[in-house]
Amino acid sequence: MTISIDPQKTNNESLQPKGWLRFFSFSLDHKVIGIQYLVCGFLFYLIGGSLASAIRIELASPMSDFMPRDVYNQVLTLHGTIMIFLWIVPVVNGAFGNYLIPFYVGARDMAFPRLNAVAFWLIPPSGLMLVASYFVEGAAQAGWTAYPPLSITTPQSGQIIWILSVLLLGGSSIFGGINFIATIIKLRRPGLKLMQLPMYCWAMLGTSLLVVLSTPVLAGTLILLSFDIIANTGFFNPVLGGNVVVYQHLFWFYSHPAVYIMVLPAFGLVSEILPVHARKPLFGYTTMVFSIMGIVVLGLVVWAHHMFTSGTPPWMRLFFTIATAFIAVPTGIKFFNWVATLWGGKISINSAMLFSCGFIINFVFGGITGVALAQVPFDIHVHDTYFVVAHFHYIVYGGTVFIIFSSIYHWFPKVTGKMLNEKLGILHFIITFIGFNLCFAPQHWLGLNGMPRRVAEYDPQFQFVNQISSLGALLMAISTIPFLINVFLSVRNGKDSGDNPWNALTPEWLTSSPPPVENWEGEAPLVEEPYGYGKKILNENKNI
Amino acid sequence: MLNKNFYLILIISLVFAISFWIGFNVNLLPAEASINAPIYDELFKILFIIGLIIFIGMTIAVIYSLFKFRKRNDQIGDGIALEGNLSLEIVWTIIPSIIVLLIGLYSYNIYDRMGGMKELNHNHEMMSSNTEKIWAGISQTSDNEIAINNLSIEVSAMQFAFLFNYPKGNFISGELHVPVDQKVSMKMESKDVIHAFWVPEFRIKQDIIPGQPTILNFTPTKVGKYPIICAELCGPYHGGMRASIIVEEESDYNEWFNKNKKPEVNL
Repeated sequence: MTISIDPQKTNNESLQPKGWLRFFSFSLDHKVIGIQYLVCGFLFYLIGGSLASAIRIELASPMSDFMPRDVYNQVLTLHGTIMIFLWIVPVVNGAFGNYLIPFYVGARDMAFPRLNAVAFWLIPPSGLMLVASYFVEGAAQAGWTAYPPLSITTPQSGQIIWILSVLLLGGSSIFGGINFIATIIKLRRPGLKLMQLPMYCWAMLGTSLLVVLSTPVLAGTLILLSFDIIANTGFFNPVLGGNVVVYQHLFWFYSHPAVYIMVLPAFGLVSEILPVHARKPLFGYTTMVFSIMGIVVLGLVVWAHHMFTSGTPPWMRLFFTIATAFIAVPTGIKFFNWVATLWGGKISINSAMLFSCGFIINFVFGGITGVALAQVPFDIHVHDTYFVVAHFHYIVYGGTVFIIFSSIYHWFPKVTGKMLNEKLGILHFIITFIGFNLCFAPQHWLGLNGMPRRVAEYDPQFQFVNQISSLGALLMAISTIPFLINVFLSVRNGKDSGDNPWNALTPEWLTSSPPPVENWEGEAPLVEEPYGYGKKILNENKNI
Repeated sequence: MLNKNFYLILIISLVFAISFWIGFNVNLLPAEASINAPIYDELFKILFIIGLIIFIGMTIAVIYSLFKFRKRNDQIGDGIALEGNLSLEIVWTIIPSIIVLLIGLYSYNIYDRMGGMKELNHNHEMMSSNTEKIWAGISQTSDNEIAINNLSIEVSAMQFAFLFNYPKGNFISGELHVPVDQKVSMKMESKDVIHAFWVPEFRIKQDIIPGQPTILNFTPTKVGKYPIICAELCGPYHGGMRASIIVEEESDYNEWFNKNKKPEVNL
């Protein structure tokens, strides 16, 4: 296993633009591509967040009075699609994966740098196309799930653009997945064993396996759906003898693993952040690895729990209940391990640590409602209600987005050589945490008591609770202000961080901050114990 | 002197006590108006209590760690180099596995009591439902206990309304009237896109699918008027797609039924 891309790399370097312009170029540097993913994803997060605000404004009153009903359906469809395919998936996989994985395996770049750049540059055009479809004939309005026959009968152009855009984003995701698997397996520096890799590598290996196994199924399904729309075929069109439930099976075969594609990398990231700020080794490395792989395997066989009230026979309902509930076991192991990592540490209470702990609390809550939802009789009442909306926002926002922010506070000094302001960071955490819980906790009650999801109007008895939820959404919108101020101020005038401000032991910190194009001036260091905190020899070397 | 274990046991018992108290005293659910509802609420209560114990326990553990093990200003160096503890890890693999398995078995039992595992069959005299493939639903009646006084209703859903056909009376209603304490058997089919039939007070929901009939059986237990809500996104007016189910005494129901009944037309 040799690192064979060195000559190619230096060759390219002379052709690449320097300075900020390189972020707008077809750069092959994994660090530049990582930042491109992150900033692009964040811009789409702002768009998706504005759409969410529009939804919460509409729902502040029980009547459909803020926007036309079909526009409301377009807004909720775009909100879901943008947040999943343009913010969370590209950022937790593409942004942090590209930036960190080559450091972690001791390589100077990803295995396929050109494929990597292609994967990124598919995202901005497909995202813009998706947003712009609103101006054609109205965007897609069948929800991010695009269930036929609704997706066949709503205006065609919006739905077709939606399909095209999701296909391109899926392609980008597959390119990225192949690249991560190849990099982790083949580009490891000589002497570095698999079981010595930082946990994020394992999380990305598992995630990439899910991407490569399940995304093609979504692509095939959407192509069939587009045939139904354009060419009047009858795969899913009941008028022509098609079967609408088959679509749901195919769709969820990707889209349930998609949840793990969104949370497994976050599990990896938090496993990097907690040991550094708690000054303790990651608790239970081996069980963490096995639980990631357990989640990958189980994650592929639980999809029909999204269809308990749909056309599924009783035996199938039962099988998917048990399989789904069992995912709680490997997931639970990880959470116990993280708390055990904190236990007995010397914890620095900073923004990165607070967001990570917020993640643990929110995700445990979302996980508990998840186990409840896995039970068929429980799900039958709350399926397709605000209870489900609350549950998955606890997972993807309270879970993954909290970790994205935690990671930004943790790796900002790595990328820029400057520290983020801690006071603004803690303010950002407090507003986000309160706003998030105020927005989504009351929605559990709404769902249990009779408010279905994806509605523009509702029973007036739910108005007060909906207004509390909208107030929480307002706080969440406000919380981005201290964050943005912090980032802009710190990039320009932030305190110099030095190379390794956290005294971390993982390989990305064992070079200058920001790192050189080749990642290390000399040879990549061999890090056999990325979590060796508290060990005597290492302490002496660090001179704290 | 009280030792550490005493405080640990004290905190654990407090967490359990608080969780049980909340579980038994905080009601998050709407009124119970069908045979299914109390069964559902029993499951809900159990899941709620277990969930509270885990959530409160984990939250306390995280906040306590942050407070107790925070780095003081005068401290340098790292925490203890503890990389794992096999027996502890085995314990927190096996205990959740057992809890999850027990919950799964218990919810199977609940589902069976709701009629979910019974063979799907629609009790309907005028058509032979045996030849027709029923895809899904909840059935409280098994083959041999199909009662003659079962009320059969055919539901058709369309953008954006429910229509209820009473074959015995040969009429169609926009409002669902049913007598209290009697089994109702509904066969549902959609005319256009997917809809769903949901009555929160009954704790039942079933998608209504075009091209594939689904079954929903239930027994209302409380007189009153309850909302029927479409729970599957079905188009711009999805939020307005609602109807009412009116559960009434048998005499009131018969009066309503006879008023609407139309003579059979033989062609």
